[in-house]
Amino acid sequence: MTLWWVGDAVLVAVVLPVVIVLLHRTLRAAGSIVPSVEAIAGAAAAGSKDLDAGALLFTTQDQATRTIAGVAEYGGSLDVILDDAERV
Amino acid sequence: MPTPLAISAAGVVTIAGVALIVAALVVYLVSVIVALQRITRGLDRVIASVGEILEKTKPVNGIVTAINAQLDAGVDALEGLLVKKAGMTDAVGLLDGLYAGAGAAGLRNFPDAATTKAPRIAEVYTRGTLTLARLGREAPIATANPAGPVLRNVEYGSLAARLLYPDVRQGRPPAMPRSPVIGADAPVQYEQREDIGAPRKRMPARGRDAA
Repeated sequence: MTLWWVGDAVLVAVVLPVVIVLLHRTLRAAGSIVPSVEAIAGAAAAGSKDLDAGALLFTTQDQATRTIAGVAEYGGSLDVILDDAERV
Repeated sequence: MPTPLAISAAGVVTIAGVALIVAALVVYLVSVIVALQRITRGLDRVIASVGEILEKTKPVNGIVTAINAQLDAGVDALEGLLVKKAGMTDAVGLLDGLYAGAGAAGLRNFPDAATTKAPRIAEVYTRGTLTLARLGREAPIATANPAGPVLRNVEYGSLAARLLYPDVRQGRPPAMPRSPVIGADAPVQYEQREDIGAPRKRMPARGRDAA
């Protein structure tokens, strides 16, 4: 009978607080992840929105191709118009 | 021998303790479950956004590589043209005059450019003069001594620039044939015809000829 009361005392004074502390820490850790995940989700959505202009790279590539082609044509014309530098 | 009341009191305490533990487990575990569900929803949104990012950045590597290749080809062509037309010294001087410090960096396809001493072209000519000198007159603008005085005359800049190197670039005929004067008051009229200025010929009418 005395051992039973000792067991009850251990249950109430030790086991129950330990269980509550462990569960509270688990809940606190899980709760701390939520804001981080929300922030990551917001950042990812903003990053995805910022990359909407990525499709314009095709236009940039086309413009760069045309520009280089024009530069090459001008260079060819200048090569014909101007004399070469005199070698010293 | 224990009394039934004592046994039941110890049992009640045990049951109460176990009930408290179970209640704490339920409360906290349910809270953890709710938090994990929120985390799962957030991660779903993250995965969706990351998928969009991956989809949108998929062609970037190829496009940027192609643009860089084209720009490299353009730079190579322009560097070659500049060195071919202006010469290494003038090319380095032009670059250094337009972009301070670029002469020290040299040209990518011409390792000798890094060791070429850049003449002080920018201190003698303005950028516009440099461009016009190269395009119009093809003047060897950097052949003078960089340590000498400033070559540009602010009052007669054009004449001074033209007379800088008379022996090098004045090989053309001293007097070129003048351009022809055109117009009604020109001394020489082209395509002279007899009928110009004469009364207009009257064509015979068909009806009168038939009558």
